[in-house]
Amino acid sequence: MKFTLSWLKEHLATDAGLEKVADTLTHVGLEVEAIEDRGAQLAPFKVVHVIEAKPHPNADKLRVCRVDTGAGEVQVVCGAPNARTGMKAVFAPSGSTIPANGMVLKPTRIRDVESNGMLVSEREMGLSGEHDGIIEMPADAPVGQPFAPLMGVADPVIEIAVTPNRPDCLGVEGVARDLAAAEIGTLKTAPVNPVRGQFPCPTRVRRELPAGEEALCPAFALRLVRGVKNGPSPAWLQSRLKAIGLRPINCLVDITNFLTYDRARPLHVFDAAKISGDLVVRLAREGESLPALDGKIYELPADAVVIADETGVQSLAGIMGGEGSGCTEETVDVLIESALWDPENIARTGRRLGVHSDARHRFERGVDPAFTLPGLEAATKLILDLCGGEASEVVLEGEVPEPQKIIDFPYREVQRLTGLELQPVEMKHVLTALGFWVAGTGETVKVAAPTWRPDIHGKADIVEEVVRIVGLDKVTPIALPRAPEVPQPVLTLIQRRTRAAKRALAARGLVEAVTWSFVPKGHATAFGGGAAELALANPIAADLSDMRPSLLPGLAVAAQKNADRGYPDVALFEVGQVFSGDKPEDQFIAATGLRRGLATPEGTGRHWSGKPEPVDAFDAKADALALLTALGIDPSKVQVVSGGPEWFHPGRSGTLQMGPKLALGHFGELHPRVLQELDISGPLAAFEVILDRLPAPRSKPTKAKPPLDKSDFQPISRDFAFLVDRNVKAGDLIRAAQGADKQFITGVDVFDVYTGTGVPDGKASVALAVTLQPREKTLTDAEIEAIAGRVVSAVEKATGGTLRG
Amino acid sequence: MSDLDKLQSDILGAIEAASDEAALEAVRVGALGKKGSVSEQLKTLGAMTPEERKTLGPAINGLKDRVTEALAARKATLAGAALDARLASEAVDVTLPVRPTGIETGRIHPISQVIDEITAIFTDMGFAIAEGSDIEDDEHNFTALNFPEGHPAREMHDTFFFTPKADGSRLLLRTHTSPVQIRTMRSQEPPIRVIIPGRTYRNDSDQTHTPMFHQVEGLVIDRHANMANLKWVLEEFCRAFFEVPSVQMRFRPSFFPFTEPSMEVDIRCRRQGSDIRFGEGDDWLEILGCGMVHPNVLRNCGLDPDIYQGFAWGMGIDRIAMLKYGLPDLRAFFEADVRWLQHYGFRPLDLPTLAGGLSN
Repeated sequence: MKFTLSWLKEHLATDAGLEKVADTLTHVGLEVEAIEDRGAQLAPFKVVHVIEAKPHPNADKLRVCRVDTGAGEVQVVCGAPNARTGMKAVFAPSGSTIPANGMVLKPTRIRDVESNGMLVSEREMGLSGEHDGIIEMPADAPVGQPFAPLMGVADPVIEIAVTPNRPDCLGVEGVARDLAAAEIGTLKTAPVNPVRGQFPCPTRVRRELPAGEEALCPAFALRLVRGVKNGPSPAWLQSRLKAIGLRPINCLVDITNFLTYDRARPLHVFDAAKISGDLVVRLAREGESLPALDGKIYELPADAVVIADETGVQSLAGIMGGEGSGCTEETVDVLIESALWDPENIARTGRRLGVHSDARHRFERGVDPAFTLPGLEAATKLILDLCGGEASEVVLEGEVPEPQKIIDFPYREVQRLTGLELQPVEMKHVLTALGFWVAGTGETVKVAAPTWRPDIHGKADIVEEVVRIVGLDKVTPIALPRAPEVPQPVLTLIQRRTRAAKRALAARGLVEAVTWSFVPKGHATAFGGGAAELALANPIAADLSDMRPSLLPGLAVAAQKNADRGYPDVALFEVGQVFSGDKPEDQFIAATGLRRGLATPEGTGRHWSGKPEPVDAFDAKADALALLTALGIDPSKVQVVSGGPEWFHPGRSGTLQMGPKLALGHFGELHPRVLQELDISGPLAAFEVILDRLPAPRSKPTKAKPPLDKSDFQPISRDFAFLVDRNVKAGDLIRAAQGADKQFITGVDVFDVYTGTGVPDGKASVALAVTLQPREKTLTDAEIEAIAGRVVSAVEKATGGTLRG
Repeated sequence: MSDLDKLQSDILGAIEAASDEAALEAVRVGALGKKGSVSEQLKTLGAMTPEERKTLGPAINGLKDRVTEALAARKATLAGAALDARLASEAVDVTLPVRPTGIETGRIHPISQVIDEITAIFTDMGFAIAEGSDIEDDEHNFTALNFPEGHPAREMHDTFFFTPKADGSRLLLRTHTSPVQIRTMRSQEPPIRVIIPGRTYRNDSDQTHTPMFHQVEGLVIDRHANMANLKWVLEEFCRAFFEVPSVQMRFRPSFFPFTEPSMEVDIRCRRQGSDIRFGEGDDWLEILGCGMVHPNVLRNCGLDPDIYQGFAWGMGIDRIAMLKYGLPDLRAFFEADVRWLQHYGFRPLDLPTLAGGLSN
């Protein structure tokens, strides 16, 4: 919402300057978004007298002007056709900046003639597109004075953000009322006096709305003014409209635009000569369309409310008039419409058609019903004043509603909700200044909102009115009471694990990324998603279309982008939401890490200490197990099973599970087909763990840790090498060895895996180091041999392998 | 010079000349071994008269002692030299670079770090953390929050929708974290003190907007919580979060469907290039919206607005992260550019605490 300071002062008697007005606007909730003080901007440009303009000796189209600036004489070379001896013009001196293009003027020579400064056009001053000649000031304009106030363009333009609940402030009068309530002036809006009709209005209005839907148009007032002389509107009106960015069209149209901004009252004018028969308010019919005033043709939806005559639709109610019946300079008889429309219907129609108009903006927020007839009178008065003519009587179809909701308002409500202590008289004063009706003298009074405030429904709304005018700064902060005890922990298990997961993965050298929750459909499908229920109906871009089923595609693509920027070895992780369906219980927290190129857990890139090894499934496995351990899961309780979901390499991936029904996550190298689908290259190794699936720690009565089980005797290690088929899993060997003796075997490690010379094809040599922990006494050689024998037979039995001699 | 003196000088000379431990051992055997020259001298003592022994005894024993001593001294010298030689051969080039480990190269994203900071502050004030799902329904995202059907305020949210179901209902991506307020109030008895951090979505993208962003909301519901408490909570939060001794805040009346009265809050600051200093200067920077929970919202959650009251606020996590840490471009948050993450991210063990300071 824009208006000028002088426009505001038509409604507000005040001594306050621009700054005070602006501060107060923001203070009462009408946030100032911009102030354009053209008077200050244009101050360097002053009226001058062209003493003489004679032809340039070296150029036909240029003139050399002697200019009296009031502070001396300068010589200016000017190319404008209207530059002539004796005229009053506007001068931009050397050193000034031309508003339209930011050019800083310097003394110069034009075709060998000295030139200082410039005689300027309206376009150069940023006033209009006019550039056919320089500005001509009236002959009596005082030389040496700033030109802007003389042209009426010095008025500061204020732009405020009006929240959707305040349609009354989409008119200057409403803004003035708030400022008057804030006591920086007095509201002085001139009263609207009815204009007596001289004859009956020849055009009638009928509402032909479906039964029970009369509320789509509660009231429609119409009157004819005949014998007008339309043409350009007067300068004061044009300059106001121009100042707020509206294009003057003709006087009749300008008057409606003016009242839209002056009184938040949208009106429409029809050229009566172009209307056949009566006006009918009805719903649009199948296939109807309207060529509108903005030059576009709108196909009307079936529930749009229209104003039609015998020939068809003439106006899209409350949004925009039709081009066919619009007023032009030839208009002689004009029909003025002032109506009320259903906000929701207007909003819906406007949204469907994509029309943004000042009328729609106001009607969908709520127009003051009580101003329906005064609005029509105000327009009539302006038309008669500016265009002449003779007004008919007013016809009113329907009835202007008089919503009168009385709210019981206990004054202490202000204190209850805000903590602010105010005297009832103070509160009553504020409400009255805002146009509220307040009755009663007790602690609870009866309050009714003015008709222009559709946003007031209850006590809290009244509290807001009081505090916003009194000032939110009057509310002194008061500490929120704190619990007297040390606070209990509040984070839930999943919250704690989410936090811990991030720190743990970062500590392993992975860098946390935050990627989009939506991925391209192809990527979603490649990772087990892509269901129709998780596809956005209105994605912002085709590649941000489906809710992600996994964090892997986002991270993999991000890794590739880093590679494309020259960083091929990256380790990324994300802990965030993934979606397996559209219900709340289908959303999980995944912790996912991905390594690319040479970004192994040992370090990134090549290093003198060893041969560079690209990332592989074991790096991903190590990350996953480290994560589980950091989150309190005993890794010895986690089973690692070969193979994972189809987006992993089938032979280089694994599943981490606790029993066959509880898969915690997966790890491995990505499947080459998936790399192709994502248009990325490897090597890539990744893991994904679903944090919601991790079992909760068992709750224990105390925090005491179990006693340490340590022996006084040194452990003994024995090595075994087994020849096994290559498809035998190391995990099976370990489990068999571990199970050979529950009492003494405390650890089994694989310290070598060998294939090649000395080992038959299809076989592998796997070397185990088995740790024995004596308990009560040192083990004798015979006892150790017995255990070793059990290890060998257990492994051989479980795997079909043999001990290598 | 007596024979003994000569013997001594010969032996000491040989000790001095021994260049390694083997040569020194040969000298020792030659002097002190069974048939060594000094041992031979000692053997002569037995055949001497007491008088002879009185003079020659100390001399010979003295010789033995001096030789023993010289041998030990020479041995130590040679051992030291051998160790030096070994050490010299073992030298490495310590200027060769070592590999940085995870604790040095890993990073926490600024969003996670800031959520941890916010959590530290509000949990101290007795708030819990509530969360909800990103996919929401119209009821929780709008209707229960007092957004009238068809109201322009709804439209201002640029909502992402899913395809309508057979029954005509359609799910959406939450446009704010406020649905969790509704879920919290419907599932929990007051007093309620929660903050709600999370991802939110709007169909909007330009220099300062991304289709996905992060919000944190706060909600306090009890029988007394009022606007004065709200101001205190927000001022304390901003002071603690921005880690400045004091902040100045400006509360402006505004409008949100779910609060009444509603306010927007600006914080006083001074901008110097990309640096923003809070608590000084003449600029005002909008940082959050807040208000008293609207009576309709309380009613929609089964709470009587004449008995229960409270306040709520919401702010952009990404935005306050940008302000505090001077991050210039919102869009970079979601680009996963390791250069950006390494630079603007936080070290793995930089855990924000109130005791130790939020940042260091």
